[in-house]
Amino acid sequence: MQKIYPNARAALDGLLFDGMTIAAGGFGLCGIPERLIDAIQTAGVKGLIIASNNAGIDNEGLGKLLRTRQVKKMISSYVGENKEFERQFLAHELEVEFCPQGTLAERMRAGGAGIPGFYTKTGFGTQVAEGKEVKSFDGEDYILERGIFADLSVVKGWKADESGNLMFRKTARNFNLPAATCGKVCVAEVEEIVPVGSLDPDCIHLPSIYVKRLILGAPYDKKIEFKTVREREMA
Amino acid sequence: MATQVETSGWTRDQMAQRAAKELKDGYYVNLGIGIPTLVANHVPEGMTVTLQSENGMLGIGPFPFEDEVDPDLINAGKQTISELPQSSYFDSATSFAMIRGGHIDLAVLGGMEVSQDGDLANWMVPGKMIKGMGGAMDLVAGVKKIIVVMEHVSKNGDAKFIPECTLPLTGKNVVDMIITDLAVFQRPDHDSPFRLIELAPGVTAEEVRERTTAAYEQ
Repeated sequence: MQKIYPNARAALDGLLFDGMTIAAGGFGLCGIPERLIDAIQTAGVKGLIIASNNAGIDNEGLGKLLRTRQVKKMISSYVGENKEFERQFLAHELEVEFCPQGTLAERMRAGGAGIPGFYTKTGFGTQVAEGKEVKSFDGEDYILERGIFADLSVVKGWKADESGNLMFRKTARNFNLPAATCGKVCVAEVEEIVPVGSLDPDCIHLPSIYVKRLILGAPYDKKIEFKTVREREMA
Repeated sequence: MATQVETSGWTRDQMAQRAAKELKDGYYVNLGIGIPTLVANHVPEGMTVTLQSENGMLGIGPFPFEDEVDPDLINAGKQTISELPQSSYFDSATSFAMIRGGHIDLAVLGGMEVSQDGDLANWMVPGKMIKGMGGAMDLVAGVKKIIVVMEHVSKNGDAKFIPECTLPLTGKNVVDMIITDLAVFQRPDHDSPFRLIELAPGVTAEEVRERTTAAYEQ
């Protein structure tokens, strides 16, 4: 079983269709599957429903798919710093389901674990709860949230071995792990692919069973949204 | 920033300093964006406080030196940060399991409005601000103690501690303490009213009363 594909276009071959639901990893521009997003843009599929914490920024990350009007609906917790998003949303050209960040992560985790719904206190008494079942447990009220079952997951990892075991790096892990589990097929792009046996089995973050297709996405020019530094004191 | 108030009172940094007085040794804490982030600069000497970043890190370090900047290492405000020897990384579902599971001791958040019953609104202005709630709804639902730090009145001079929130809620009956540039309000539990427990230097209880429409005890 060969999981490694020569490029993003080849790795997505046969997986894309109009109106599909895609779960994408990343937080802001940190750990986003940029090669796969580019290939989805090139493929031109439309009417996409995308579950992703953010919607990229103008012309970066998922912002590229917004620009080409390929997205019908975003399921996200935070969509600031994106003028094109705001314009489409205010013009009713784009649907948005605002989902609390922890609820979104748990919906992906639940979907990946075969759990169709769960109760959470998050959002109770707010507009997030509108139309959702409320249930009381031990005197506290909870709302029913649904697991996300996506047609496709696109994620970005750090290192993979040839069998698809994946490791992430620092805070670039974020939504990549839960997103990887909730799609029928998960395609991952990584910075380095190493031979089987090179990674410590105790240090695998995402076991190979979840990764169906894999590409080497390097070299990456990782973007920073807000660069903040401190001064070194003069010696 | 509208920091020019006729009365004296606390600056943004002094509000953060006041919030830092609520820290305790061994606490795990989540700090929101804006004034709450400044609380990190006022952790008392000798006290161990571990900061959580909801994008997947425990043990946030200071901003990096120029040559240490790493795009894979950011906080929830998407700013570059550094790690500490005791730091750990995890995915978003694990991160919010910590938050929603009641394992975080304290969260300090910004606010647009707080009601006298402890409702918080800080994520949306209909028709104007379209950004989303991020992790705020999870934090107020799951963290043991919630402190809101905000200016006492809006830029237009309207009260922000009010009888009932007019903006969409972040959480219902979730706030334990309010720190403004003028005063501190606290309540012992979610069934009790807020009480004015402290005034900023040069501020009188009457001035606070005039700029507050919420009912509170004195």
